[in-house]
Amino acid sequence: MKYHLRVNCERERLSELRKFVQDVLEQHHVSDADTGMMVLAVDEVCANLMIHSHRCNPDEHISITVNITKEGVTFEITDIGNSFNITEYKTPSVQEVIKSKKKGGIGIMLVRNIMDDIQFLSKNDHNVCRLFKRVSFATNGSRSNH
Amino acid sequence: MVKIEEKKETGYLLITLIGEIDASNSLELDQTIARALKSGEQHIVVDGSRLEYISSAGLGVFMSYIEDMKAQNVKFVLFGLSDKVYSVFRILGLDELLMIKADKSEALEV
Repeated sequence: MKYHLRVNCERERLSELRKFVQDVLEQHHVSDADTGMMVLAVDEVCANLMIHSHRCNPDEHISITVNITKEGVTFEITDIGNSFNITEYKTPSVQEVIKSKKKGGIGIMLVRNIMDDIQFLSKNDHNVCRLFKRVSFATNGSRSNH
Repeated sequence: MVKIEEKKETGYLLITLIGEIDASNSLELDQTIARALKSGEQHIVVDGSRLEYISSAGLGVFMSYIEDMKAQNVKFVLFGLSDKVYSVFRILGLDELLMIKADKSEALEV
């Protein structure tokens, strides 16, 4: 089953995007713990794109597609323009971030820790960041905390 | 959206975080902590019991002051985090680098 959202590149739209992801995952009885982590991962990728690739230009947008299969959840985050290849980004260590006193640089680290697979595709100015997480769906319709 | 409250108590500054901290508003948290350090606070206690969400933008703010707090001998303690928020700190091991306590009384004992 596929779900789709398009948002303008404004940081203030991140909460709407998180709610969209949360609602979709809740609908499919994904656990609270997995839902929280995936909401965070999508937020991080989209915040990076909005800020670094699109300079928070509200005239530009990114699209998010959530695809639920029996294996798990796949997110496709699509934008047009300068590509940001998440798979090639060299993340600093936590200690390096602390020593540098910089406030950024750990978002991609979080995404890599949360998701099981990350792919990046770019063709004709269209960039797709694909995130996949294996998920066990509750069969009785109830949600668990862990 | 986040609301940040500050209250000067005897011997410590209480900062209360209400709502969600993400890339759109982490600057408010940054300014609050910067102000507290600049004014010479030696014990800063952060009530996170009403914090519903935090992304790397918020974590990054806390991380960026770890060195300054060490250098200035500032006791900085978070308390009351929900399981959901605490799990975000745990992903990168920040629960080992920041003082995180269960409740306010534990935070004040530090």
